[in-house]
Parts: sequence; structure tokens; C-alpha cells
Amino acid sequence: MRSLWLLLALTTSAAAQPVIDFGQPLAAQTIQRYAISVYPDGRNLPPGQGSVIAGGELYASQCAACHSANGKQGPAARLVGSDGFFSLDDPLRILRISEYPLLLLSVGGQWPYATSIFDYIRRAMPHHAPKSLSDDQVYAVTAYILHLNDLLDETAVLDKDSLPKVEMPGRKRLRWAQGAPESAAP
Amino acid sequence: MNKSALRFVAANGLLDRRAFLKSGYGLSLAAAIGLTPAGRVLAQGEPPMPTWMTSLGGADTEYGSPSAHERQVLRQRQPSSPETAGFSIWHSPLQHQRGIITPSGLHYAVHHNGIPAIDPERHQLLLHGLVERPLQFDLERLMRYPMVSRIQFLECAGNTAANAISPTARNADCQELFGEVSGSEWTGVPLSYLLREAGVKAEARWVICEGADGGSHSRSLPLAKLLDDAIIAFYQNGERLRPSQGYPLRLFVPGWEGNVSVKWLHRLEVSDSPAFSKDESGLYTRILSDGDILAFGFPMEVKSVITHPSGLQQLPELKGFYEVSGLAWSGLGRIAKVEVSADNGRTWASAQLHAPVLDKALTRFSIPWQWTGAATTLLSRATDELGNTQPSRSEWRSRYAAHSFNHYNAIQAWRVSSSGEVENVYA
Repeated sequence: MRSLWLLLALTTSAAAQPVIDFGQPLAAQTIQRYAISVYPDGRNLPPGQGSVIAGGELYASQCAACHSANGKQGPAARLVGSDGFFSLDDPLRILRISEYPLLLLSVGGQWPYATSIFDYIRRAMPHHAPKSLSDDQVYAVTAYILHLNDLLDETAVLDKDSLPKVEMPGRKRLRWAQGAPESAAP
Repeated sequence: MNKSALRFVAANGLLDRRAFLKSGYGLSLAAAIGLTPAGRVLAQGEPPMPTWMTSLGGADTEYGSPSAHERQVLRQRQPSSPETAGFSIWHSPLQHQRGIITPSGLHYAVHHNGIPAIDPERHQLLLHGLVERPLQFDLERLMRYPMVSRIQFLECAGNTAANAISPTARNADCQELFGEVSGSEWTGVPLSYLLREAGVKAEARWVICEGADGGSHSRSLPLAKLLDDAIIAFYQNGERLRPSQGYPLRLFVPGWEGNVSVKWLHRLEVSDSPAFSKDESGLYTRILSDGDILAFGFPMEVKSVITHPSGLQQLPELKGFYEVSGLAWSGLGRIAKVEVSADNGRTWASAQLHAPVLDKALTRFSIPWQWTGAATTLLSRATDELGNTQPSRSEWRSRYAAHSFNHYNAIQAWRVSSSGEVENVYA
């Protein structure tokens, strides 16, 4: 085992083919099909656009059943407003939280980057039918959630250039744990 | 009947952990503390011999299952996980287990998007991004690499969250409060083999790891850790992974919070920075006492829990001998010491650590206890080989905002009432 490891190390450091080469070439078009991760600086955001207005209609039909009309009441994770136990604008929140503890969290209050909202909706939402929305629809729902958080006005339209520019309130609360390589972060 | 043979090592009846290990000592100790000696049942009025001793036994089956008398030993769905969603949490019945290996069917599970029905013939692992050679692997090829096996724990970041955020101690059992940790032997291929085969570029620092579940669960992980000791696991406790644990393959990242050991692993994207996926932006962060949000705090800190006796149990006799036994673990190394207190933390004694004591694995501890019958509180406090030890609940709470619930590892307290009831309390 040790000699095999040594061989692997030696061969790769010499930029030659390693001794075990069971991996097969991965075609660029396969990568394009499956590589859906979006980065905070907007890398890998697709073309397309969506408006707050279009997003509001989609939100009502696709999201409100789990996230509630105002994005605060659950049962699924809170999309709007502050995180934590109490909120002046929602006196029933502590009761809701005892039933659905994930309501302690808030996308709008905590997430440091707006690109993460697009990334997650595109890969996973709505929960019963993930990947069913078009890129334009994902932009639109993202825009509407940002609007509910007072981060976009109601006439706004989002695309791959404007989305990364939205400043999230959670950004200034972000702290990296010791040991996480931070140097290359935006 | 030599009472002087009893050696108390802390208040309220904690006995020397070596008491039962010394040859010839156990018997006199057993007599001294009133254990029933092995004896014969009286002949008079003796019931008939059990039928299983006078008849031919039943047939075995192709795949074994627990005794019908153990049907109550089951995983338990966390009541607060939304029933309508694929997000579900299943707790392991720690209070019914001994040793350090969790049976695969009882291993805890958290699913963010339900369990995908993967055809192993069609499943591919993609490896791309900042590499010289983007690669894909089918199962048949992946499983020809040399494999390693390791006994290690897996714990959800949110294990014991109720004790972190509930203002009053919830009257619940060990399973509900601590059941999001389990231990298994995991077998698979070191991820470093695949990364080196693909040729990682110099500027690479992170790898985005993604599952083939419907929601494409995704976490960004530091490349250095993945090169160090992460594996692509195919086997758990000697058999292929259960669907609930990621069949046909999962990432296994030793010592780190469970959700980064991505199940149903499908795609690895080597990168210079993290993607800030949903889970590293919200659910698996911690909110610090000053309101800042801590991201990428991966290792599960040193922790322990007494499983015997534990919450909601009823001690069968209201005084006398009990073995106190539990589990300790640390995501940073081996367990070095577990101390137990039977007087709510005023005095402590070192428990016996049972071999094997392994790196980033569940470690079984025990200590003999001669209960006086008075109400008391049992605590356990683990220390790992790096000197990390468990904080009190108030120390832990002082670090985090009131609603922060991940990575709770404070000293656990079980109150034993004079009527033998065991209850979760805050020490």
C-alpha cells in the first residue's frame, strides 16, 4: 500500500499519468449539464432574467404553501426578516418556532450572498419538484424573495450581472471558522 | 463479604473503575454490594421446562433480523421535522445499544431531500473544476481502487439541539436528545487517489461536493482535509451502504459534521473558493453571542453522554449496584479521559475506557456505581487527546446567540430521583 501511494505521489508530481488510471475522460458537455454551483462573485450564473413581478406570481403558486405568503411563517425555513426567537412584526413567532425550529433561521437575515438563493432554488426548489423551474423563473423567484426582504424594489429585474451586486445584510455578520482557507474568497 | 474491598473513588457511590477487572476480585465485590449470586431455582413449585428446550428450533433466514422481543429497538423520527417534506431526521436508540458500533439499520439519518432510488449501473461520479484531467467514474471502476476501513463516528451538527435552545430542560430520552450520532466501520477508497489522478491545480483550495438526490445537496469543503483522510465509502459494517446512508456511494469525512459526508455522491468540483451553498449559508452555521455568523466550523467537538442510565428510564431497584456506561467522541482525535460525577459535579472519578479507543470514533466508557438510593445527578465529562474538554451548559451558551443550536457539546446531566426515575436536567 505504501509503495503504491509513493508511486501515485511520484507520478502525479511528475505530471505523468498515475499508476491507477481507472477514471475516464469527462466530456465538457457533461460538465455543462451537471455543474450547477454558483459562486458569490456570480461565476456560473446562466443567461436569462426575471422580474420581481413575475416572481411574485411564481412565489404564490410554487413557494407560499411551505414558506407562507410573507415568507416568515413556515413551516419551511424563514425566507424574510431577522433570525432568532422574537420579532416585533410577528408576535406569534415563538409559537411557530416551538413547532418548526427551523424558523429560527432566516435566508434574508443570515445568508451572506444573494447568489446562494439562485443556486438553491435552481437545484432544489420547489421541494416536491426540484429542477422544474426555468432559469428565468429562478431569477424571478430570487428577485421576489429579495424584494420581500426590502433589498430590491418592485420594478427590479435580475440577471447574472445584477444578482451578485445585491448586498445582503448577513454579509457583514459572516465570520470564517479557523482553518477554513479564506484567501481566495470574494 | 469483605466490605473493605470496596474502593469508592468519588462521592455518592462511584467505585474504582478497575474493580471488576482484577481477577478474583469481582466475586467478593459482588457479594459485598449485594449482587445475587448465581444460584439454583427451588425445585418445589418449579414451572415446567420451557418449550424451546423440548422442541426442534425454527429455520433461519437468508438475511438475519433482530429478535421479535427487540422490536421496540427502532429509530425514531424527530417529531419536529416537517412531515410534508423530504427533510427528515431519524434518531438512533443509543440507550438500547452497547459497544461502539451502531447496527447499520439503526444508524441515525438526516435527509434533506428524501432518499433517491439510484440505479448503481447508471450512477457516475464526476470530478472536474481546477484539475488537469476532468474524470468520470462508474461504480465498477471505482471499486477496483485499493480500499481502507476505519471505525469512526458520524454526528449531525444539530445533535442535542433541544438542550441548546430550549429554555427549560426537555423531559426526553437519550434517543431524542442525543440520537443523531452513530458509529460504524466505513470502507472505501481514499479520495486523494482520485484527486491526484485528476491532477489538482496549484490554485485549488476547496471542493464542492454534491449528491445525486433530488435537491443536489451540496457542501464546499477544504481540499486539504479531503486529501488528508476523506474516503468514498461503499461499505458500512461490512455490507454495501443502505440507501438511507447513501447507496451506492457516499463521501465520508472523519470527525466533521455529518452533512458534509455527502450521501449519494455524484459530483466533485475543485475550486479556489467555496460556493456558499444553502447549508453553509444558513442551516449549518452558528450564530455567535455578538450576532456574527460562523461558517465552515466543521469538526464536531469533544462530547459524551451516559446511555445507561439515561432519560425516561426507570431504575428497577431503588438502591444498589448499577454500571454507569456511556459514549464519548471527538472530531479532533482520540478520547483521552472520561470523568463521571454522581453528585452533580462536586466530585469526579475517571471512568474505564473500553478498547478499542480509536481516532474520531465512539469510545465506550463505564464505571461501577453503588447507588445509596438518594436523589442525585449523574454527569459525564470527556477530554480528548488534544486536551479539549466539554464545557458546562452555561459556558457553551455564553459563546452563542440564544437561537444558535449547532455543535452543542456541553456536559450532560441526568437527574436520578429517589423513586428511580431518570430525567434530563440542566446542571
